[in-house]
Amino acid sequence: MSSRINDYNIFCVVGSDTVRNRSRSLYAEEGSREKMIGAGKMKQYTNVLDKPLSKGRQEVSLSGFAYLFSELVQYNQTQVDNIGELERRLEDAGYAVGVRVLELLCHREKGNRRETRLLGILSFVHSTVWKVLFGKVADSLEKGTEHEDEYMISEKELLVNRFISVPKDMGSFNCGAFVAGIVRGVLDNAGFPAVVTAHFVPVDGQQRPRTTILIKFAEEVLRREARLG
Amino acid sequence: MAPAVPRSGDAIFANVERVNAELFTLTYGAIVRQLLTDLEEVEEVNKQLDQMGYNIGIRLIDEFLAKSNVTRCVDFRETAEVIAKVGFKMFLGVTASVTNWDTEGTCCSLILDDNPLVDFVELPDTCQGLYYCNILSGVVRGALEMVSMKTKVTWVRDMLRGDDAFELQVKLLKQVPEEYPYKDDE
Repeated sequence: MSSRINDYNIFCVVGSDTVRNRSRSLYAEEGSREKMIGAGKMKQYTNVLDKPLSKGRQEVSLSGFAYLFSELVQYNQTQVDNIGELERRLEDAGYAVGVRVLELLCHREKGNRRETRLLGILSFVHSTVWKVLFGKVADSLEKGTEHEDEYMISEKELLVNRFISVPKDMGSFNCGAFVAGIVRGVLDNAGFPAVVTAHFVPVDGQQRPRTTILIKFAEEVLRREARLG
Repeated sequence: MAPAVPRSGDAIFANVERVNAELFTLTYGAIVRQLLTDLEEVEEVNKQLDQMGYNIGIRLIDEFLAKSNVTRCVDFRETAEVIAKVGFKMFLGVTASVTNWDTEGTCCSLILDDNPLVDFVELPDTCQGLYYCNILSGVVRGALEMVSMKTKVTWVRDMLRGDDAFELQVKLLKQVPEEYPYKDDE
């Protein structure tokens, strides 16, 4: 039972054009019957893959999201013994979100074009992904000076951290690990494996530190990038 | 000072800060997936979701009362209307309608036109017992408990399970009179 559940049994499938998800759908054999139930009612799609993809304009209140996120963090706190584990679990949750965000946005915003260059995917994350998820582009995208494979996306205040305060005894724990997971999910599935972490960076003159998402790309990405010239 | 007029759900929703519903949907999906991996039993997941919803509800009611300026509801009918028209709109951006009142006026159904939690979601065969949106039932129960109403909230119809709408049944069990934390004569 447990192995089947680990096989992504609940998943968010996206649109009707994503072949990969169609093959994963456990409802494939049921087909796509549409039921008309009475005049004037919404068309019922039994297969979620047949529903038209939303335009992405719908909104919920920030506080609703903040409550949900706080429950996510609180639940994970009960499941772990130390901070590292907690960050890892939040990252894993974010990873799943990132995977789906990539598919959704590639289909909807970019017309199914794939990014193959490093700067391309980074600006996709920094602009498109951030704009859709958080309503604004990220504050800055920088290249690390010490290492070739490091890039940083900075944000003055991450949306997810707006209503979170970290107690002193949790040290450098950052709920931005969720966002780091989202970025890792996007990059991994776009073919740019990387290690992504979130850090607080104190800024002179500001009370709250700003958050930096540090992206460290894998060797193969840099080699490929060098080959492509 | 003029008494504050209760504001409509649309007006409040236009004034609060909003985020993209997809972030909300995907985060909720991640939560449910984590719960399924950890707990493995669908019943346990249902209970955990309800508990999480309860925790949210007891805090959400404060914000709701602060932002919406509703006056004290005279009876349960009004309460249900307020939840459907103002509450759901304010937090989820969707309205619900209230139907199926029973003769005593203690039990009704909230029908959600649109549910941002279930975009892109399909339940696989192994999880057919799962009430995916169970967090909402916990939220309503928690919020009402903080205003002295003990309720039982269950899902009657669930589109993910093949029904044609999302129907939440709210049954008022009893009104708990408010207790003062301190005795008068101490």
